Amino acid sequence: METKNIMIVGVGGQGTLLTSRVLGGIAREGGYDVKISEVHGMAQRGGSVVTFVRFGDQVAEPIVEEGQADVLIAFERLEALRYVHFLKKDGVLIVNDQKIEPMTVSAGMAEYPEGIIERLQGICSTIVVNAQEEAKKLGNAKVFNTVVIGAAARHLPFPREKWETVIRSTVPPKTVEINLAAFHAGFGE
Amino acid sequence: MKEDGVQQMMLGNAAIARGAYEAGVKVSAAYPGTPSTEISENIAAYKDVIYSEWSPNEKVATEVAIGASISGVRALVSMKHVGVNVAADPLYTISYCGVNGGLVLVAADDPGIYSSQNEQDSRMVARAAMVPVLEPSDSQEAKDFTKLAFAFSEKYDTPVMVRTTTRLAHSQGLVSLGEREEAADKPYVKDIRKTVMMPMNAIKRHLAVEKRLHMMAEDANTMEINRIEYRDKNIGVITGGIPYQYVREALPEASVLKLGLVHPLPRKLIEEFAASVKTLYVVEELEPVMEEQIKSWGISVIGKEIFTVQGEYSANLLREKVLGTKPEYSPAAEVPARPPILCPGCPHRSVFSVLKKLKLHAAGDIGCYTLGAVAPLSVVDTTICMGASISSLHGMEKARGREFIKDWVAVIGDSTFLHTGVNSLMNMVYNQGTGTVIILDNSTTGMTGHQDHAATGKTLMGDIVPAIDLHKLCGAMGIAHVYEVDAFDTQGLEKLLKEETAREEVSVIIAKSPCALLKTTVPRGKCRVIPEVCKKCGQCLVPGCPAMTKDSEGRAVIDEVMCNGCGLCVQRCPFEAISFTPNAG
Repeated sequence: METKNIMIVGVGGQGTLLTSRVLGGIAREGGYDVKISEVHGMAQRGGSVVTFVRFGDQVAEPIVEEGQADVLIAFERLEALRYVHFLKKDGVLIVNDQKIEPMTVSAGMAEYPEGIIERLQGICSTIVVNAQEEAKKLGNAKVFNTVVIGAAARHLPFPREKWETVIRSTVPPKTVEINLAAFHAGFGE
Repeated sequence: MKEDGVQQMMLGNAAIARGAYEAGVKVSAAYPGTPSTEISENIAAYKDVIYSEWSPNEKVATEVAIGASISGVRALVSMKHVGVNVAADPLYTISYCGVNGGLVLVAADDPGIYSSQNEQDSRMVARAAMVPVLEPSDSQEAKDFTKLAFAFSEKYDTPVMVRTTTRLAHSQGLVSLGEREEAADKPYVKDIRKTVMMPMNAIKRHLAVEKRLHMMAEDANTMEINRIEYRDKNIGVITGGIPYQYVREALPEASVLKLGLVHPLPRKLIEEFAASVKTLYVVEELEPVMEEQIKSWGISVIGKEIFTVQGEYSANLLREKVLGTKPEYSPAAEVPARPPILCPGCPHRSVFSVLKKLKLHAAGDIGCYTLGAVAPLSVVDTTICMGASISSLHGMEKARGREFIKDWVAVIGDSTFLHTGVNSLMNMVYNQGTGTVIILDNSTTGMTGHQDHAATGKTLMGDIVPAIDLHKLCGAMGIAHVYEVDAFDTQGLEKLLKEETAREEVSVIIAKSPCALLKTTVPRGKCRVIPEVCKKCGQCLVPGCPAMTKDSEGRAVIDEVMCNGCGLCVQRCPFEAISFTPNAG
């Protein structure tokens, strides 16, 4: 199989690390060679965060580069726009419709762009998820990232049961049920 | 359980820890530093068979490992690239001594400067210290090369450097596990010709070191980890480490000489490869360490003429520079930058908001509080290296006089203070400085992800121990004016700072409050804006808490999920328009 490239972007603290580990886990379950590249250290302090997951028969570099991502998962609108050029021509963007103002905006040095979702829809195949809303309905706003994973799962070549297995073994034991519910909310019927 | 052959996804750093475990290492020491920290955190999981510690700094950590090696066991010391500078003193001389038990130093470089103050190349240090360097290119090699490094260390009687980069350290890949090879402790035999580096001994050892390196360079020609992969011979590439992966990705048809040992270089092997290919490139991130040596042998190679010395490489970069092709993609959108920021509830923000109000300059140090240099706080004027806040403030005073520093303070974290700041403070006292020092004591090593240190009362292996008392430590230096205040007591801090910056003596203010992200930190409560009372003055927004924004009408709003109730905004509001609900219990 040709190597699949997944890129996860968001704001430090939004759970991109957990997401990349779930994706890495499922690719591993599928019997593929996997590489994951993460960001630690200062970049996690509310900054723009990027992680990569690549899987296939044999994976060389651990990063996804411009114009190569099959799936781009964005936990925040502005971050989706920042990295959308990493997508392949026929790549899919899953974007969580959340706005987090960067310090450059709240300090008045820049403006948060208007109409991001519309711009993105004009650039690529875009799936918009309102993950915070979905997660709140489930009673725990923190599992929004698993809702996003659910939405992304529709565009990845693994059966639903496998996702469930991997989520069970990756998230903290106490949060298994709520995370599975969040996954299903994102995946849909 | 038998683990041999089991495959596991592992971070490069976890794989290094695993390699040390399998190599029979018995002692590991380190000071936390991105991107090396997880090596020690993973080693701590093997605490039944490996003693591991957080040392106060990299020099001490290296000396601990040296002692272990001299005594006859295998020892690991790990650090980030700038930590190698701190460890340079013992490193350059232990290179002369050689080893008893194998001794391996992991240096984690940071091309692209993700979380550092520079992007120096540790291979340069290793060359200067005449220490061999192994460079893995994925997690499997990170484990294998670490084991091999111990074998080389004992075979060639030398400390060995394993060099990684952020990309390798923080990438996960599949690793086949092996069993631990328990090595019997080597006997300790007193031999001062090797362990007392005074001139008569050191002169002879220098020659021994040269001989050892020549021998290793000769052997390098036939080492398995230095391998030629012949494919199309129009393009040949000499590379090693993570750039090997970019080469394979971008130039799958090219012939490659992959070097696992990047110092010393295998001259014959390189000459053979150079003679077999038409155009030869050297692909190495950062400095032209291999390239310059290869060129010095009269071999024609293309390197830094076309490749940058700055930042990380990528397959796209190689495609562009070597093949002249650019992948098709739409140009990046112009969007506002999102730099890292201090977290909601961070005690540093509170202290910096007071410094800002008093228009004080801060000589800064290494930690999350470096973020006080940028908007909206903009109070930190300098950040150089660990411990430099206190000593550079002292230097300013000696250069320009007391008047120059009357609106300056030094700010330094608790962990950084114990790393090297304590020496700087001693100097300030001894040489009659009068600076005001703020120790931002958040009870942890914050930026690297919460590691314990000598003042937290807990060790890397989880033992509860007496904590060094920073207040008493400063007092023991003879400093009469040492204060401890709650970092969120902005009024108390303001009063103290006015008094102490005016005082013509050294003073230390320990601004204490645990890091908001520490698992043991209980949020103080919740803050909420009362919209009817808010006068839209914006005072609460000045310190730049990420939980605070304005609504469409300009009133302050607090994100209830992000807010951890530090209460800084409540203190700043002149109209009592922010309510505070303390946490029950």
